[in-house]
Amino acid sequence: MATDSDASPAQTASADHPPVIRLRDAELRFGERVLWHDLDLDVAPGEFVAVLGPNGTGKTSLLKVLLGQHALSTGSAEINGRNVHSGNSAIGYIPQQRGIDQHTPMRGRDLVRMGIDGHCWGPGRFLKRRRQLVDELLESVGAREYADAPAGTLSGGELQRLRVAQALANDPSVLLCDEPLLSLDIHHQKVVANLLHEQRVKRNTSVVFVTHEINPILPYVDRVLYIVGGHFLVGTPAEVMTTQSLTRLYGSPVEVVRVGGRLIVVGGEAECVDHHVHEDDMSIERGAI
Amino acid sequence: MSAQEIFGSLFTFEDYGELVALLTNSLIAAGLLGVVGGLISVFVMARDIPFAVHGVSELSFAGAAFALLIGFDVVGGSIIGSIIAALIIGIGGAKASEKNAIIGVLMPFGLGLAILFLALYDGRAASKFGLLTGQIVAITPGQIMTLVVCSLIVLLVLAVIWRPLMFASLDPEVARAKGVPVSGLTIVFMLVLGLAVALSVQVVGVLLVLALLITPAAAATQLSASPVWVPVFSVIFAVTASVGGILIALGSPVVPISPFVTTISFLIYLVCRLVGQRRMKHLHRRRTARAADEHDKPVAFPA
Repeated sequence: MATDSDASPAQTASADHPPVIRLRDAELRFGERVLWHDLDLDVAPGEFVAVLGPNGTGKTSLLKVLLGQHALSTGSAEINGRNVHSGNSAIGYIPQQRGIDQHTPMRGRDLVRMGIDGHCWGPGRFLKRRRQLVDELLESVGAREYADAPAGTLSGGELQRLRVAQALANDPSVLLCDEPLLSLDIHHQKVVANLLHEQRVKRNTSVVFVTHEINPILPYVDRVLYIVGGHFLVGTPAEVMTTQSLTRLYGSPVEVVRVGGRLIVVGGEAECVDHHVHEDDMSIERGAI
Repeated sequence: MSAQEIFGSLFTFEDYGELVALLTNSLIAAGLLGVVGGLISVFVMARDIPFAVHGVSELSFAGAAFALLIGFDVVGGSIIGSIIAALIIGIGGAKASEKNAIIGVLMPFGLGLAILFLALYDGRAASKFGLLTGQIVAITPGQIMTLVVCSLIVLLVLAVIWRPLMFASLDPEVARAKGVPVSGLTIVFMLVLGLAVALSVQVVGVLLVLALLITPAAAATQLSASPVWVPVFSVIFAVTASVGGILIALGSPVVPISPFVTTISFLIYLVCRLVGQRRMKHLHRRRTARAADEHDKPVAFPA
């Protein structure tokens, strides 16, 4: 299996700004199956990296490696110069939006608060300082209005805003996002993507964003890691998201079309498009990819 | 029989004051169980596993029936039975659907065993019936001691794991990302649940454990989503049902405690449900209003 990393741009991380994430010769395999190998990647502070590719190529597994939940088969993975490990406070994690039962005993602000002290032992007690911190986080994502509403009565967009606040709670160096825009409508995809961008600029937090759909985040993405069947490509969107690059990566004809500021990949992910039509109500938006 | 005669045969309230004095220990035990049940039920709701409570109670029943048969301590037997069940459920199924299948398989097996043990047992029939419907009034001082000690263990463990357990129950993915030992906590919680079930079986019996371990928090979550108020309401409801059930049952020479416990529990739920419906309507209106507001104000995006 060949690795196409020649499109990689000049490293944005330097001696003054050591990379937040550093992967060297990283390989992940499950039994016989190699998901990816020889992966070298440096993510600089404040950098926004999109991880793209069809289902089952190991995008989410990459996040799990960084979270310390999967061990690499070979190679090394470091965050802030230390080997990845479970419970790393340098990481903020944003999962997919999923429905919450309306009688779940949790309010909007509790979701955010758990990002601060949810992992601590003991029953916890009321702290004015923590309450202020939660209020500030809620304010920064524009969620004050529904902070006291039960989480089960919030819309998907509102929940994902809270998740951004929750992930930012302990001021992490990097946000790992696993398809956080999935099953949001277009408006909320834009709102949440914009919010993530604002916060990473303000806090100089790196973002690693796993997604099927680059368009909502395209304005903010610095680099793309595109994985297909064990091969990958790293580069700016302009370098990676082209007909030539993706045709080489997929090993089959793929066309990238630009329509009204949106990138549309025709061919490569044909099998994924079907999948998504069933998965959420964004069939028209995604069907166009 | 006229209604008045039926009421007369159900309730006499004879020597009520003396009975209450006699049963102070039982009342204290019931109150403690109310606290345990109220708190455990919050997590049963947060984790959405009421079925597991039912499954554990059936095996608790089998354990108690076996203890009765071999002349071992009944409380001990029910604790062992429910802990085995809780461990199997806790380790066996990671996903909710898997868990439910395991419980569904385990439950009839436990019930069948219990029936077998009771059929073999040739002692007092009332002892058999007590397992099904509760027998706290007939409980010995030694058993009450076991009950108090186990309740305190449950409360202590809950206090220590409260926050990470809540995190793992409500938001498992992020909790795991934060290094919370989600699977380990599941097993610890199932053990604690097993203990709580075994204890509640003493008051309300196998068939009605759900009234103390599910209904209180189900009622409380109708009223609030606050992590403070839900446990507080839940404990108040559970204690009201368990202690109130005993106090009413004392006035009756024939009716056991459990129908009163379950009826109080049910009525509390009913009232909360009515209040909760209005509350939900209001909350959903607010959400619709917010959505309308948001689409009125355009967001500026870079080109």
